[in-house]
Amino acid sequence: MSAIPVAIRPWTLPSRGRVGMLCLIVAEAAIFTIFVVAYIFYLGKSVSGPTPQQVLDIPIFNTICLLSSSLTIHFADRALDRGQMVPFQIFWFLTFALGAIFLAGTGMEWHRLIYTAGLTISTNLFGTTYYSLVGLHALHVTFGLLGLGLVMVLALASKLKQEHAGRVGVFSLYWHFVDAVWVVVFTVVYIIGR
Amino acid sequence: MASDSLPIQGAIGLPRESGSTWPATLHEWVITVDHKKLGLMYIGMALLFLVIGGIEASIMRVQLAVAHANFVSPEVFNRMFTMHGTTMIFFVAMPAVFGFGVYLVPLMIGTRDMAFPRLNAWGFWITLFGGVLLYFSFIGGDGLYGAGNAPDVGWWAYAPLTSTAFSKGHSTDYWTIAVLIAGFGSVATGVNLATTIVTMRCPGMTAGRMPLLVWLYLVMSGMVLFTITPLTAAQLMLMVDRYLGGHFFDTQAGGSAVIWMHFFWIFGHPEVYVLIIPAFAFISEIVPVFSRKPIFGYPIMVAATVAIGFVSMSVWAHHMFTVGMASYSNAFFVLTTMAVGIPTGIKIFNWLGTMWGGKIHYRVPMMFALGFLFQFLIAGLTGIMLSAAPFNWQLSGSYFVVAHFHYVIVGGILFSLFGAFYYWFPKMTGMMLNETLGKWHFWLFAIGFHVTFDLMHIPGILGMPRRIYTYEPGRGWEQWNLMVSLGALLQAAAILCFVVNMIWSYFRGRPAGNDPWDAWTLEWSVPSPPPVYNFAVIPEVLSRRPLWDVKHPEDPDWKYE
Repeated sequence: MSAIPVAIRPWTLPSRGRVGMLCLIVAEAAIFTIFVVAYIFYLGKSVSGPTPQQVLDIPIFNTICLLSSSLTIHFADRALDRGQMVPFQIFWFLTFALGAIFLAGTGMEWHRLIYTAGLTISTNLFGTTYYSLVGLHALHVTFGLLGLGLVMVLALASKLKQEHAGRVGVFSLYWHFVDAVWVVVFTVVYIIGR
Repeated sequence: MASDSLPIQGAIGLPRESGSTWPATLHEWVITVDHKKLGLMYIGMALLFLVIGGIEASIMRVQLAVAHANFVSPEVFNRMFTMHGTTMIFFVAMPAVFGFGVYLVPLMIGTRDMAFPRLNAWGFWITLFGGVLLYFSFIGGDGLYGAGNAPDVGWWAYAPLTSTAFSKGHSTDYWTIAVLIAGFGSVATGVNLATTIVTMRCPGMTAGRMPLLVWLYLVMSGMVLFTITPLTAAQLMLMVDRYLGGHFFDTQAGGSAVIWMHFFWIFGHPEVYVLIIPAFAFISEIVPVFSRKPIFGYPIMVAATVAIGFVSMSVWAHHMFTVGMASYSNAFFVLTTMAVGIPTGIKIFNWLGTMWGGKIHYRVPMMFALGFLFQFLIAGLTGIMLSAAPFNWQLSGSYFVVAHFHYVIVGGILFSLFGAFYYWFPKMTGMMLNETLGKWHFWLFAIGFHVTFDLMHIPGILGMPRRIYTYEPGRGWEQWNLMVSLGALLQAAAILCFVVNMIWSYFRGRPAGNDPWDAWTLEWSVPSPPPVYNFAVIPEVLSRRPLWDVKHPEDPDWKYE
């Protein structure tokens, strides 16, 4: 009987955290898809005003802030990978600040829509779909900010080390996803729907 | 040597904790993150709700046994069918398949726990909480107006019946939130199972060497990510409508009731496959072991499952032929629905091919598997009938449809779950289930099932609509309904046999040993019940049947794969 070829091959499998986060992103993407479909389906079906054309302004500054935060978190990740803690903290703080500006911008937009334009979630179909879709995204930004803030606190307390780069990278995936969803929401709500 | 790389281990000699008190045991089960305990709790939850859902079904069958019965009021009847459907899908079938999944997958892929053990515990407890919340509606669902108690909008809760104008009180909200958070639990466990299968396999277990059960659970968890979430979104929309005055499904403000149907069935139809794919998984493990042959056409079985997963996502609107869609939409959904029959047929032929020329052992798990094959085939055939739009226009909303999908869910999924139960109970408890009682269980259940659900097709063809709480005499429905109800009695007797069998065998049964069925997958290499850490040494596998290689070093599988 010849020897069994049990060469000890290297056995590597994908990272748990990344695969888990990608699965979560797939699930979340399906939720957003349904809300986007509902938004598109109900475009122009409101039986009373105001319409998107009348009240929506394109949030260009907000969008620039959120999308550039994807870049800063990427730089932060890379810095942590190399163990450069100061650049990491600067870029991470920038990411948090940009996300917070976005959320504040959404808040101001909603304040204007509610108190000036008179659009609430129960005003008409546009209000219902708009606040649901944008609100669902803003909720995800809020969760992201909580995560970003937690990592920031840990970094400032010097509890965060280079060896945590993998886990921080998993969180960054979520933040990239939130940004990518905004590209879709922005296109649907402010370009197509307006 | 293969046997060097794959030792059949005994347990490391941890002293068994004896004399632990009840509170200590309870505490241990509540705080556990062990996938085996969580799997057992999932299954226990499913069995508990199975009995509750079965009682609701029996109440309906008593009411319908004779014409003009007054056993329950129409309102109670509505609550019964709503609670029966919701319970059986979300709190029996889902926990049952997840329970077997989280119990078996880590053992079969040779690892010590799930990828995220705490998420696993969260998924179970949130699902159980959903079930408890649903049933709390019986006492808590009175609402502001004192109208209603349990949900009574049907398990698919079509708009605009669910709007605040037509569903006063909070019963519908209990339904919405219960289903919503059970969905969170499902997605959590789906993420967990998929991640476990992708990232936790033992050395040597390439994709082509995973047991079929693991492959099928991978497909099922992937589907969970895509299919449970649309329901989550739709439930969120319904809550916006009910609590914040939104107009998603408010037809007077331009909203659409039909879009709820679309969203619901985008969830609802793939959900059937989320449940049936684990059923296929059990059959794919049981049939080879009791035919003493490896599975026939392994790669084709995987491909067919993936194909079912894909195609089943584009068939949902066959639930909506009577809504009045465009003719090309009808044609599309007719064709996709019929197309699902092709990969499913391939699977049936492959199971038959596995048995062909095998040495079949007629033990209880195999009997349930054979029952599954026969009944699932018939369920598929009535499915093909209903997928033809003109036929569907005639029979949609009749008892023919009720008979069809119970054929799938009871004759297919439940039979396969019972088979899985008899097959893995020895592994889970260390005790064999009693064979005689098991045969009583099988035959009573099979006969009861056929009396109920074969005959149920007939009043459907005769025009009996579903969800009516009573009917006029003289339409030719009475004798069929009476027999259908009597069949339910036989099924209840079978379940009683099952419960007695479990309890008796647990305390007085024959010890099982590691490998009572002479099987080939890794879970049978560890003691029964498996120790907390599963494997003392993480095994390395060389083929699809690692235990075959160990038992037959002169003729191992890896030579041919």
